[in-house]
Amino acid sequence: MTVKSKNVKLFTEKAELVSAVVSEVFSLAEAYQYTIDLCGKKEACKLLVSGCEEPLSNKADALCETKMGKTIAAPSLNKKQFSALEKQCVENGFQLLKDGLRKHLGGIDIGFTFADHGIAETGTIVLNSRSEELRIATMISEVHVAVLPKSKIVADSYSLESFMEDCMRNADYTAFITGPSRTADIERVLAIGVHGPLELHILLLEDK
Amino acid sequence: MQDAKSFKEYKSQVREALGDDFLRTAMDNFAIAYRASRANAFKDIDDKALIKEIADAKACSTANMDELYAQFKEEAEKNGAVVHLAADANEANEIIARIAKDENCTKIVKSKSMTAEETLLNHHLEAENLDVIETDLGEWIIQLRHEGPSHMVMPAIHLSRHQVSDTFTDATGKKQEADIQKLVKVARRELRQKFTEADMGVSGCNFAIAETGTIGIVTNEGNARLVTTLPRVHVALMGLDKLTPKLHDALRVLRALPRNATGQAITSYVTWITGSNECAVAEDDRKKVHFVFLDNGRRALAKDPVFAQVLQCVRCGACANVCPVYRMVGGHKMGHIYIGAIGLILTYFFHGTDKAKNLVQNCINCGACKEICAGGIDLPGLIKEIHARIQDEEGHPLSSALLGKMMKNRKLFHKFLRIAKYAQKPVAGNDGFLRHLPMIFMPDHDFRSLPVVAEVPFRDMWAKVKPAKIANPKYKVAIFSGCVQDFVYPEQSVATVESMRGKSVELEYPMDQSCCGLPLQMMGEKVAGRDVAIQNMEAFEKSDCEYILTMCASCASHLKHNYPKMLGHDPKYAIRVQAFADKIIDYSSFMNDVVGIGEGDFRQSKGDKVTYHAPCHLCRGLDVKAAPRELMVKAGLEYVECAEEEVCCGFGGTYSVKFPKISEQLLSKKMHNVEETRAEVLLTDCPGCVMQLRGGANKNGLDIEVKHVAELIAERRK
Repeated sequence: MTVKSKNVKLFTEKAELVSAVVSEVFSLAEAYQYTIDLCGKKEACKLLVSGCEEPLSNKADALCETKMGKTIAAPSLNKKQFSALEKQCVENGFQLLKDGLRKHLGGIDIGFTFADHGIAETGTIVLNSRSEELRIATMISEVHVAVLPKSKIVADSYSLESFMEDCMRNADYTAFITGPSRTADIERVLAIGVHGPLELHILLLEDK
Repeated sequence: MQDAKSFKEYKSQVREALGDDFLRTAMDNFAIAYRASRANAFKDIDDKALIKEIADAKACSTANMDELYAQFKEEAEKNGAVVHLAADANEANEIIARIAKDENCTKIVKSKSMTAEETLLNHHLEAENLDVIETDLGEWIIQLRHEGPSHMVMPAIHLSRHQVSDTFTDATGKKQEADIQKLVKVARRELRQKFTEADMGVSGCNFAIAETGTIGIVTNEGNARLVTTLPRVHVALMGLDKLTPKLHDALRVLRALPRNATGQAITSYVTWITGSNECAVAEDDRKKVHFVFLDNGRRALAKDPVFAQVLQCVRCGACANVCPVYRMVGGHKMGHIYIGAIGLILTYFFHGTDKAKNLVQNCINCGACKEICAGGIDLPGLIKEIHARIQDEEGHPLSSALLGKMMKNRKLFHKFLRIAKYAQKPVAGNDGFLRHLPMIFMPDHDFRSLPVVAEVPFRDMWAKVKPAKIANPKYKVAIFSGCVQDFVYPEQSVATVESMRGKSVELEYPMDQSCCGLPLQMMGEKVAGRDVAIQNMEAFEKSDCEYILTMCASCASHLKHNYPKMLGHDPKYAIRVQAFADKIIDYSSFMNDVVGIGEGDFRQSKGDKVTYHAPCHLCRGLDVKAAPRELMVKAGLEYVECAEEEVCCGFGGTYSVKFPKISEQLLSKKMHNVEETRAEVLLTDCPGCVMQLRGGANKNGLDIEVKHVAELIAERRK
């Protein structure tokens, strides 16, 4: 087995251990289709964002009502990529956002991103998110879909030191993300999605 | 938050906690689950080597704290952050309140920070009419309930879902179900709304990387990401001990921290923030970022030759996770603000003698925390050291001072033990236990039977049991019996001698040996402990032995590890004490690994069904794990493993005298596990444990014999 396929195998195993969903894609078009399908399937009979079905205080309830229809945010797509995805969104009746995410803090359905790196040892994706829109997309989405080129997967965090140090030379916000948001603060029972995404989907992109 | 005014009040709080059934069950489940998940998380990693690397690197950062701070400040400010240094807790709080005022902030969202707990930041900000909301789920729950954390990583571990649903019902004004998944969703929505209106975020920090002025934050929930992103102002509060030279140091700690804390390979999120980032709602589109470093005694601590290592703590909370006492009483009785073994220590430095003086006595010295500490800190050793310091500051209690005086003088001490033999006559039963306890022992000690002092101590038998001189012995051994095997269970020492028959072992028994001094250390009597150490070292220097054999695990680990610590810095003793310590060996290792006793040395007949209790000071103190188990099997015994075999039996020497109720609970758990094995004999390697376990078996009417390994080995020899 090559180093690359070894890393991919370990990455997949470790990411799945922490309830990330890992799939393979061979093109960006395939990644868009995956995202559209996921958004379509997502709680088809329920438009509410997670938690809004519970008895909430009046203020929290009011925030729930700010969400209208199914929404995808993809701040890091370039113009061409954005219009490709947008076309599909329109066909399906979804809204695609590039910016202005602060107006959607009540919640969006999917945040679509490109990961900079993967760490095989822990099944972690590394996302440089200097862009505030990108950062918010990965925090307020119920489902985070990240495209990770297979060639960007390294064995362990130490192998990323020079990449990270380059990022840190200027003002920077870099995130290690491993599985969905989780807590065990009540009776040590695992609960997913306490603040951030309830699901993390990693699309391993075959490149090179 | 432990705040008892007197030791008596503290003990009564402890007793109350012991009666909390929910807490007890929650803690038991946690202790058992944690052990398995930690082991699993480290299965592909050499944890000892990693901990050593972390400890060395942190020690180096500690030594360079001031330089690292200067470098961090310079780098962070280059990228738009403002860096502050607060001398104490109050100054840190004032700096943060002033930032809020200067930036016109009124609504603050906060992610978890133990440092903010240390400074009681929320109280301060609330008094300034600022609205502060904790956004970590556990922290929010305890904030709503006006409680302190009971664990560094799981602050609300003491609460049930029912308590949380009541709390949330009050907070939302809507009736909540006691369903954990639903409660978590309610928190998600309620707190999301708080995020949308907050203008300032306060976070903690796990790493402050000097080279780039970057902070690293480790979380599972993702709330710290929202705290550091949505509001237009971000303040991070951190101790100076978080400073580290390079990213590599942080990544190294990150390999151990989540694994040690919760058994996770890594947390869901690790966030690296450098300088001032893009922020749409801030002036000029750049977030206002302030990094506030807290000294609060850390700079002085960094220069302390004994205690500087305290700053190696990475706040994983593992020392609480494995602590048998924490498991019994929970975090509110096992810390003031910082919890667990490290909490006992930090309380003294950050919150003062008054808050620490009762707490530091509540360490049973089992060494479970030291074995797993990610920062490689000698936690039990430092706790004892603080206890001694506090006694020096505040005066030694009469009982402890008297013990110190008496034990310094071997002849006087041994005379006392001989007199005890007569004094106990009226209450001694003929089964080897005291029939009822003299009043001085107090009724709390009724949970186990205590043994009588033997008719003839081992030292008086020596001339009779001493093996005949052999020409050219293979092994020259001097016995260190310890007080218990000399005066209470001399038969264990006799069995040791018999078990070596025909193995070419020359034995001697230096008569000037006395108590090893561990009880003195436990009582905070350092000076007397040192005197006793010198006496023992000199008693054995007269012998030409290659090994100093002790059948008591506690004596052995004290002689081997603590003697060099007590005397090693004195040039007069340094070499001598190391030579002494190098010769120390425990019974099982000597028989199994040195003598190499084999199946052929034992009788062919089928042996008893036995189980084992691993003494703390053997399995952790001396890292001896395989030898006693192999020995039992070689001797033809049918060994059945006992659940939680390496968990403390609750003896802890003088600990069980101070905290009988906790000792009782630990013993009862141990007895339950032993009973489940259905073994006929319970073996162990320490006479102190024998005393505790035999007392527990006798009191509970358990049909099981408790013996020292040496006794059964002697019986089974051909």
